[in-house]
Amino acid sequence: MIPVLELHDLCVTLRQHRRAIELVKGVSFSVHAGECLGVLGESGSGKSMSIKAAMGLLNKSFLVSGSARFQGEELLGKSAEELRRLRGGKVGIVLQNPMTCFDPLYRIGQQISETFLAHNSWSADEIRNRSLALLEKMQIRNPEEVLEKYPHQLSGGMLQRIMIGIATSMEPALLVADEPTTAIDAITQFEILDELIRIKRDANTAMIFISHDLDAISRVADRIVVLNQGQVVDQGDFDHILHHASDPYTKLLVEKRADVMRRYCQVLQGKERNYA
Amino acid sequence: MKRYVIRRLLLAIPLLLAISFVCFVFINIIPSNPAEVALRVQQMPVITEEAIAEMEVMLGLNKPFIVRYFDWVLGCLHGDFGINYVNPARTVAGELARCLPATLQLAAVSFVIVLVLSVPIGFLCAVYKDGWFDKIMRAIIFISTAMPAYWVGLLLMWGISVKLDLLPTNGSGTWQHLILPSFTVALSYISTYIRLIRNNMLENMNQDYVLYANVRGLPQKSIMVKHILKNSMHTCIVAMGMSIPQMIAGTIVVENVFSWPGLGTLCISSIFNRDLPVIQTYVLLIGVLFVVFNLVFDVLQTVSDPRLRKED
Repeated sequence: MIPVLELHDLCVTLRQHRRAIELVKGVSFSVHAGECLGVLGESGSGKSMSIKAAMGLLNKSFLVSGSARFQGEELLGKSAEELRRLRGGKVGIVLQNPMTCFDPLYRIGQQISETFLAHNSWSADEIRNRSLALLEKMQIRNPEEVLEKYPHQLSGGMLQRIMIGIATSMEPALLVADEPTTAIDAITQFEILDELIRIKRDANTAMIFISHDLDAISRVADRIVVLNQGQVVDQGDFDHILHHASDPYTKLLVEKRADVMRRYCQVLQGKERNYA
Repeated sequence: MKRYVIRRLLLAIPLLLAISFVCFVFINIIPSNPAEVALRVQQMPVITEEAIAEMEVMLGLNKPFIVRYFDWVLGCLHGDFGINYVNPARTVAGELARCLPATLQLAAVSFVIVLVLSVPIGFLCAVYKDGWFDKIMRAIIFISTAMPAYWVGLLLMWGISVKLDLLPTNGSGTWQHLILPSFTVALSYISTYIRLIRNNMLENMNQDYVLYANVRGLPQKSIMVKHILKNSMHTCIVAMGMSIPQMIAGTIVVENVFSWPGLGTLCISSIFNRDLPVIQTYVLLIGVLFVVFNLVFDVLQTVSDPRLRKED
């Protein structure tokens, strides 16, 4: 079976003031349909950079080499127009910071419909029906009112759900979630993760979940790739990462997380004792 | 919104009083006697002490300073801005009304030139950042910002009117007369706005909403025009609005270079003739224009930005 997305020896170099800085140093991984790949790593490890490079979202000062295949087709070297058609269509991407991702000057309905129009030639009625269906599917109450709202009038969790709704509305073969839970509170985070799991199960979508949060990744990912300083340092399922990690960086990440969890549990138990 | 506008207008009253008072004080510091200057301009052959005293009584200059100021302010409230010292048959209001249309015409044409040139050039500079177009425009901006308006005016007059004989050197009447003065006024504003729009757009390009628009696969043209340009223009609105009264006030030098019969020319001759009421009223008028345009464009920005708008 051909993987939905396959990166092979992907390198990204930033040319700046006649210096070349290597940001991603030969990253390789792949994701199949119906599978969720978790990409773990701290900020600056090249997680988002690799995906942006594959999707043509970097500007000209970045030099991308290696190979990135989507459903067997090479993406690097494709024209800007071909990549544009892919983005928002067959590849849905969800970003972090939903509060700043929508244009503040346009209503939510206008931003949904412009996305539809960029990929299809639907009539105004069809766009409206599909927009309402999208919001309903994301369990947003009063979808008619929400279409008329400006981004600043909605909460971060709602905007995040709308973003996921837009990304999945074109029935993508690949859904990339780039730290979708960093900017929202714990309860919304939980719901958003549930939403993603449901999408993966129902639509057999290949999913890449980028995060530095072990907790979130453990809930959704079937397989995990650990990135550090632009290189893949470890990969395997969650159990492997947790107990048999060979790489010192991965071990450190897990230990730190475990420490935090232990402290958290102690505080919780202490509280319970106080209440009792 | 209504309460906001009323409050702003009420706040403008002490501001205008302060402006007019300071102006009044400064004009009265000028050492020469306006009555004597008026007689001289009226070409009185022998100026005697009696004649000056008579003129002072006629113009009300014999009264104390504060009394004269409040007389003038009270007159203004009745729409009476005083009489022309040099030619007492003419009222100040009449003089300003005579000269205002020419200045408004000049300022309006300049503003249109500024809009038509700076928005597309600023846009293209941002889109093709560091390309040949951007580099050439930046060099032109650099040079034109450094050139004072009266010199640019003289250069254009020499090059286009005298050497090439394409347009009239001075005066007014036809649209050909308008081109050189309005372009001279517009030039410095064009450079400012090209830079403002270019930098605003470049700043906006790094915003999350642009990345997300790309992520959704929107066409580049739509991202540039519908999203980046619109958001950039937004922050320019107030600056552009404030440049309208600046243009009306700032035509003084250019009007004199091109002998344009507007407020600027009137103001300069009034200063030479010590025609106090005209200078006073001119300064007040410009003050009012600044206050009004500032308010109008603040309101416009509130209306056009959904984040500032209060949904009723």
